Amino acid sequence: MFATFILALREAGLPASITEYLTLLRAMKEGVAEYSVEDFYYLSRATLVKDERHLDRFDRVFGEVFKGLEPPEGDLRQALPEDWLRKLAEKLLTEEEKAAIKSAGGFEALMELLKQRLKEQKGRHQGGNKWIGTAGTSPFGAYGYNPEGVRIGQDESRHRRAVKVWDKREFRDLDDNVEIGTRNMKLALRRLRRFARQGAATELDLPDTIRATANNAGTLDLKLVPERHNAVKVLLLLDIGGSMDDHVRISEELFSAARSEFKHLEHFYFHNCPYERLWRNNRRRRESEISTFEVLRTYGPDYKLIFVGDASMSPYEIVQPGGSVEHWNEEPGTVWMNRLNGHFRRSAWLNPMPEETWGYYASIGLMRQLMEGRMFPLTLGGIEAMTRELSR
Amino acid sequence: MAGFKSTETYIASRDLEVAVNAAVALQRPLLVKGEPGTGKTVLAHEVAKALGYPLIEWHIKSTTKAQQGLYEYDAVSRLRDGQLGDPRVHDISNYIVRGKLWDAFDADQPVVLLIDEIDKADIEFPNDLLLELDRMQFFVYETRQTVVAKHRPIVIITSNNEKELPDAFLRRCFFHYIRFPDRETMERIVHAHFPNIRQDLAREALNVFFQIRGVQELKKKPATSELLDWLKLLMIEDLPAEVLRSQDPKVAIPPLYGALLKNEQDVHLFERLAFLSRRQQR
Repeated sequence: MFATFILALREAGLPASITEYLTLLRAMKEGVAEYSVEDFYYLSRATLVKDERHLDRFDRVFGEVFKGLEPPEGDLRQALPEDWLRKLAEKLLTEEEKAAIKSAGGFEALMELLKQRLKEQKGRHQGGNKWIGTAGTSPFGAYGYNPEGVRIGQDESRHRRAVKVWDKREFRDLDDNVEIGTRNMKLALRRLRRFARQGAATELDLPDTIRATANNAGTLDLKLVPERHNAVKVLLLLDIGGSMDDHVRISEELFSAARSEFKHLEHFYFHNCPYERLWRNNRRRRESEISTFEVLRTYGPDYKLIFVGDASMSPYEIVQPGGSVEHWNEEPGTVWMNRLNGHFRRSAWLNPMPEETWGYYASIGLMRQLMEGRMFPLTLGGIEAMTRELSR
Repeated sequence: MAGFKSTETYIASRDLEVAVNAAVALQRPLLVKGEPGTGKTVLAHEVAKALGYPLIEWHIKSTTKAQQGLYEYDAVSRLRDGQLGDPRVHDISNYIVRGKLWDAFDADQPVVLLIDEIDKADIEFPNDLLLELDRMQFFVYETRQTVVAKHRPIVIITSNNEKELPDAFLRRCFFHYIRFPDRETMERIVHAHFPNIRQDLAREALNVFFQIRGVQELKKKPATSELLDWLKLLMIEDLPAEVLRSQDPKVAIPPLYGALLKNEQDVHLFERLAFLSRRQQR
């Protein structure tokens, strides 16, 4: 009956199974949904979705299948000529520029403006702040920045007027491809804890039991000891300053979340690429500097090494001696990366840059190569993949 | 059909009602997740009350084993009794200790079984209960006896998301994620719990509460249960609503904050925010 719906869900990456489909049909037969669309939505959600991270995706698929809506985001290429939307030069705006863009009034005003612009416009434009194209600061088009921007190809007004529950997409924050808040971060980091305690059970202390039983004149007296816990040790290296300024907040969230999760968590900072010195306190950098060799000597290979950084720099900073932006480094970053990765058995790199943009930076490619592909985006999904990799 | 609805003391959203009713109708477990303090455990109490069934609670700890929910064979007592020559030792059933699931299966009327915080247990825990929850029966090896549920209990399982649950387990459950209530629902919840609260106090308190929740850096955001505790305190102290009115939490720490902020870093955060904003005003 709803086979297309189930297929659409599976296509969207939701693991809905036959069992669940049959359960849904049975529940329908039992009259749980009672001929109300909204109840049917709730029922199918309770039956088919088993993870709150999938709720948003479910809402989207539900909307598409049962209302024939356009796919909300991402597929705009169908709506506009392709070469308009090809992101040729995504303009990186500074904070002042962002502030300088004035909101063009309410939604109606925006639509009015759009009509005018469409009339005025003759050809394809790019990078301006009035014409419709890509990467501009005009409120219309894609990839640009405007606080009230409109994505063309999406009939916003129609959606707004008739907002149904599933169209509100209230679970967007829980989708695991979205960047992370502290709470979500904790969730992801808990995956790491999984192998920290391999069963909290107690075990029989045989020598002590024998001694106590003997003391007891042969009457059994069991002695138990808590099982030894195999705590996860994590060494966190955080990129700070320069291009990371945009991402410092999210890195710090990761850091603060990580702090409460592990018993053995050590952290150091580096700038762009780790060289012969790391430091522990960014404000008192000079006093808290420590030789990287010392870090390698202090922390055993059983520590899991996690880099957090955007790896966006000039490639020379990685491959050339003396390539560092702030001092003369005798040995290139590659040597230090290899040393770190060679010493620690498990290591990974978390990158706050969106994964789609990695291809645009030569240095990210280099770093990824040095990490043998173990670079993950700083999203819930990425962290999960990372913890899987680290605990393998 | 006799359905589960919001009660005077428990405000359930429509989606929760549907999920509960589906679980009741199909006699399958309902898995409830959500932020701490959004009423996951209370839900089981309310379902039991609404359906008029007794409630059996099984609280899971990190040391809990699935077997403990079925039964335990107390070999140590038997050994000791054997050494002391107790006649009870000849019947092994004297040493079978029943677990919560057995109690639930053996009850003469349907019951609501709450398995609270299933994620606290070992990772294998849910897998070990798959068959038992599916068929609602299990086998006692020591006495060669099969325990079959007289009435399939309504199983409500809560999880705080500390561990991922296995797919095979999830497939057998209905799932509901309790979202944090919006302001309107929250007002209904407050009035359900404190019908006599002064309107102005409730309004101002909710303002402060949602402002606090809006502070991004909080380690533990206060949830419904914290709000209710706080309101109770406010009512006991009989504070005038004006005390709360000027209280932008960024300017001053709200009175009796101990009920809302449960962690000294959060309290420090608020003290720092208050200090900064006072300095700016000067």
